[in-house]
Parts: sequence; C-alpha cells; structure tokens
Amino acid sequence: MSEKKVLTPYERVVTARKAGRPNILEYINALFDDFIELHGDRLYKDDKSVVGGIAMFHGKPVTVIGHRKGKNTEENIQCNFGMTSPEGYRKAIRLMEQAERFGRPVITFVDTPGAYPGMEAESNGQSNAIAGSIACMSKLSVPTVTVITGEGNSGGALAIAMADSVWMLENAVYSILSPEGFASIMYKDPKMAEQACEIMKITAPELKEYGLIDGIIPEGNRCFSAIDRMLEAELLRLGKLKPKEIVNLRYQKYRKLDGLCNRK
Amino acid sequence: MTIDDIFSRRRKNWNSLIKMRKNTPVPKDSVCPKCQESLSLDALKANNWVCQSCGWHLAVTAMDRIEMISDEKSFKEMYADIRSNNPIDFPDYEKKLEINRRKTGQLDAVVTGVCKIDGMRTAVAVLDARFLMGSMGTVVGEKIARLAEHAAKRKLPLIIFSASGGARMQEGLFSLMQMAKTAAAIERYKSAGGLFISYLTNPTTGGVSASYASLGDIIIAEPDALICFAGPRVIEQTIGQKLPEGFQHAEFLLEHGMLDMIVHRKDMKKTLSTILKLHGQGGVKVE
Repeated sequence: MSEKKVLTPYERVVTARKAGRPNILEYINALFDDFIELHGDRLYKDDKSVVGGIAMFHGKPVTVIGHRKGKNTEENIQCNFGMTSPEGYRKAIRLMEQAERFGRPVITFVDTPGAYPGMEAESNGQSNAIAGSIACMSKLSVPTVTVITGEGNSGGALAIAMADSVWMLENAVYSILSPEGFASIMYKDPKMAEQACEIMKITAPELKEYGLIDGIIPEGNRCFSAIDRMLEAELLRLGKLKPKEIVNLRYQKYRKLDGLCNRK
Repeated sequence: MTIDDIFSRRRKNWNSLIKMRKNTPVPKDSVCPKCQESLSLDALKANNWVCQSCGWHLAVTAMDRIEMISDEKSFKEMYADIRSNNPIDFPDYEKKLEINRRKTGQLDAVVTGVCKIDGMRTAVAVLDARFLMGSMGTVVGEKIARLAEHAAKRKLPLIIFSASGGARMQEGLFSLMQMAKTAAAIERYKSAGGLFISYLTNPTTGGVSASYASLGDIIIAEPDALICFAGPRVIEQTIGQKLPEGFQHAEFLLEHGMLDMIVHRKDMKKTLSTILKLHGQGGVKVE
C-alpha cells in the first residue's frame, strides 16, 4: 500500500468541502437499514439542511440526525449548502426528545459551513435554537455519538455535536468559525484563510491530541466499515451504562474541557 | 478547610477587589458614543451611565454593574484567580491578555461572585466588554460553570449579565466547547430548581448569545442593545444589502418573542429584586 500524503490544514479544509465527498444520505444508506425520514419542526417549516429520522443499526432502532449538503447546485439551493436555520435545529430537538422517550441512541453526522447568517434566521431566533439544541443534547439519557464527516464550523456544528463520543474523519475539520470568518475577524481579510488554518488547530490529529475529540476514522474505501465498527463498539460500551450515568459522564466530559486552566 | 483559611481567602478576595477597583482606569473623555453629546462624568455616574441627552445605555465595567445592583459591600468575589493557559499556543495571545489585564484590573472577561439584592443572596456574573470584547474562552466558561454549580449547591438564584462578542477566537475549539460546558451547567442548575435570569447588555452576540445567555428562565435586555447570533456585517455580506434600522436590537427581539422585557437601567435593581421576591427567598426549591 502506498503511503498517504499528509495534508496541510488548509488542504484538509478544501478536501472536507469537496462536492464528491459522501453526504448524509450516503452515510445513512451505507450504515443503516429501514431509514424513515421525519420532517418539520412543528412550529414553522421543514429545514432541508438537516436530515433526521429513525433507522435500524445492527438490528436496533436508532435516531439519526445530520447536516445535509447537496451533490449539485440544485440540491444545494434546496438544503441551503448545509447552513441550518432555527427550524432545522428545532427539528433536531424534536427528534432527540423522541429518541429520549423511546430509549433510542442518537447518532449525528456533522457537515456544515456554519449556522445560516440570514435575516429570517435571526428574526426566528437562531441563538435560541442553537442554545436549545445544545441544552437538549446535554440532558439526553440515551447514548449519543457524533461523526464529523466534512466541515464542522461554529455553534452551527456544535448544536448537534455535544455527544458522549465525538469522532472525526481523517480529513474533516472542526472549528470555532470557518477559516474565512476567522481571517476576516482577526486579519480583516477573508482571503487570509489559508494562513488562519495554520494557527486555528482544526485538524483531526491536532484536536485528538488536545482531547477535544475521541477518535479519528481513516478515509478511503474502508471508511464506511470503519464508521460501522466504531458505532457498534461505542453503542455497546455506552449501552452498558445506566441512563443517569450517561448524563453524568457527558456532563463531566464537557466540564473538564477547560484547556488546563491554571489556578495561581 | 479551617475557619482561618476561609477568612484569609475572603481577605485576599477583598484585597484583590480593592486593587482591581484602583487599577480600573477612569475614562478620559465623556462623549456619548451614540449622539456624540459631551457629558460630565459625575452626572453620568449619577445617571447610571445613561446618556441624559439620548438615553443610550453606555457600557459599564463589571464592578460598576455589581455596585449598581447589589446592597452596599455585600459582594464577595469568587474564582478571581483563574487565568488562561493559552491552550492552543496562539501567537501573541499572552501579550494581548496582559494588555487587557492591565486595562481592566481583571485576569479575564468575567467577574463572578455572590452578593445581596435587597437582602436576598444571589449568585452573579458580569461579563466585561472591555476585556477582549467580553469574549468567552476557557476562563469565562469555567467561571460561569463553577458559579452555576455553586448556586445549585447553595440554592441561590443566578443572574448573569452578558456583554460579549461571542466565543474567543484565540482559544480555538476550546472556546466552542465552553458553549457546551456553560449550557450544560446552566441546564443542570435549572433542573435542580434554580432560577436563572439572563440579562443581555450591548452587545450579546455569537457563541454567548447561542449558549447559556439564551437559556434564561427570564431574559431581560437593556434598551437598544445589539443581540444576535450572526453580526450585522456578516449578514449584510451574505444577503448583499443593508439591514433595516433597529434589526437585531433589543426592541426587535422583544417583538419577535425572544425576550421577556426591556428594562431601563434606573429600574434594574428594582426589577431584579421584584423577580427574586416573586420566586421566594433565593428562588430555589427547598427540598
């Protein structure tokens, strides 16, 4: 086997955004059986930038939620290039609350440039929706696993990524803000995104070293089966815990991500 | 911990507080940033830092805010000694922190502690927009989480005054994780029966607006405060047009159902006191 070239952070961003990368529908198709998609937030509309539903995983029902990016321009317009509005997060909350009631594990797939920065999204409470989704995930007593498959930017990604176990594909990126947004804040120039990537620490190996993610999944033709094995192992491990233990362990996990705050 | 330890710690806190107050520079000019009217500092202070001419609520320091709402000398600062460790080795971040520490007399962008409001003990946190735009990194996240845990344990109500540009860029994904941490700590506090009053001041945006600050049982804002997830500039770039007047300001949010009320600063203490009273002493269920 030839040795893989190690990509620079910016090359990973470019790779993570490639239209040819599998999107949520392909992951669902490859990993789950009997997927039934559920629509709408019951308040206003169905946001197509979030796909959610129930499916079988190794014979057990699970709730699956993920950002959706299109494969072509037409699809991308439909799902707003994976940029979610409040309605999408509220759909996610609705499905997670159902999962809690029926004791189904929640598996999420993250791939978003960020939450949608539009007028309607702001008027309808983008902050409220993201905060609500994070709060909802923090209280679930069922196992939760997140896979960051492409780009996971900002609160828009975190809204469905506050899981017991968080994994990244080898070339996925996970960051506080898109490198363009970061460059425009820090250097007043979005074109400096490439330089920004060097200092932002957004790649899977860097984040694994900081303990901010739990593991990395190799890409290539065995990627789907690697995700399958990881999910099976994690659900088995988490499934052994009592509901209360799951909530407590998750709380402690995020409580400890303090960047080693020093007490003087 | 012995009684002596407790007292020496208290003394230390009190001393650090006094030192902090001394270090806080007095603003040199006194021009309203909104209407450009020049104002006398004494008159401004007497008017709770509200412009007499146009009613704009000027930014206040964390300590001034605490003084405005708490009974005299009732504030005990907590967790004042937590400092950032530059978790992602961000270039020049330590230098920047030092400049902001000297400017504000605080180690980071939030002051936390316990005070009394009309005799009712309350946990309180105040973000200070002078310190790196009040951005939330590991220290702000840790202090808010600790305060929420302390409030749950002592059955105290919790008031957090936010003034923040959002998550702190210089701490990368660690900052994003503080959204998860603070939201989880607030939810846990609320599940234990605690009353959380989220008080939004100008500006409350990004990662702060989209985490604990939106989870208040009661959400109050100051007049005309900018409150949003994505800032006006970002939205204007996305949609390619100018935003209408007042978009994302407190009055707009109230109209869209995102706030409970807008309160003028002169009524701030009275309003908080009434809400606390309506929730019974402390506002936390007694088991």
